[in-house]
Amino acid sequence: MLHIEPSILRSLIANVEPYPEECCGFFLGHVGATSCTITKSMAMNNSTAGNKQTNFEITSKDYLYTESIAEEENLALLGVYHSHLNHPAVPSEVDRLAAMPNFSYIIISVMDRKFDSIRSWQLDTHSQFQEEKIIIDSLI
Amino acid sequence: MATVLIPTPLRKFTNHTSKVTVRSTKVSDVMMELTASFPDLTKHLMDADGKTASFINIFVDQDDIRNLNQEQTEVTAKTVISIVPAIAGGVQK
Repeated sequence: MLHIEPSILRSLIANVEPYPEECCGFFLGHVGATSCTITKSMAMNNSTAGNKQTNFEITSKDYLYTESIAEEENLALLGVYHSHLNHPAVPSEVDRLAAMPNFSYIIISVMDRKFDSIRSWQLDTHSQFQEEKIIIDSLI
Repeated sequence: MATVLIPTPLRKFTNHTSKVTVRSTKVSDVMMELTASFPDLTKHLMDADGKTASFINIFVDQDDIRNLNQEQTEVTAKTVISIVPAIAGGVQK
């Protein structure tokens, strides 16, 4: 289960909504006994050499930078987010093949440059994605 | 001894340790030493042939080993080896 602060959710949507390409980044926060809480997001450059409307990639240097920020700020690197343009917030086979265990994958669906939905996924022990619930803290 | 930085998603398999020290002096041996110490890491780091998986990138200090001597890259006691998962995806290939 992922808790997210409304301000973080707004910043994620603001990051992905206007762009005609897939946007991506990381989110950090705290790990609890039964859930994680997102307290920070970091937008990253989509560095894919392929079609940026349908694919994304984050460089190793950006990943290492984010890990260093997490350590400096005593936060946990909880996962990665990316947008799907005119496509549901459901992971593709491309997403699954590149996914790591114990990491949350948030997908934000943008339809005609308008936010549509946000969902989060994690690999299970059979390397298949299972949805995890997102809770917006102000709505608890 | 060289230090290996474990990426967050894989720390569950290293008893939640982010830094592991190793005695090995080249990258291929570092990976073998690491997976011998933490066997549950193996399927997340290595392919079926026992080589580093294609979705794992390894940095020696600031350099990708693909730009050095690949897995034969030598390391010293002061070297920091970073294991970096590929972060990519999208709606189609």
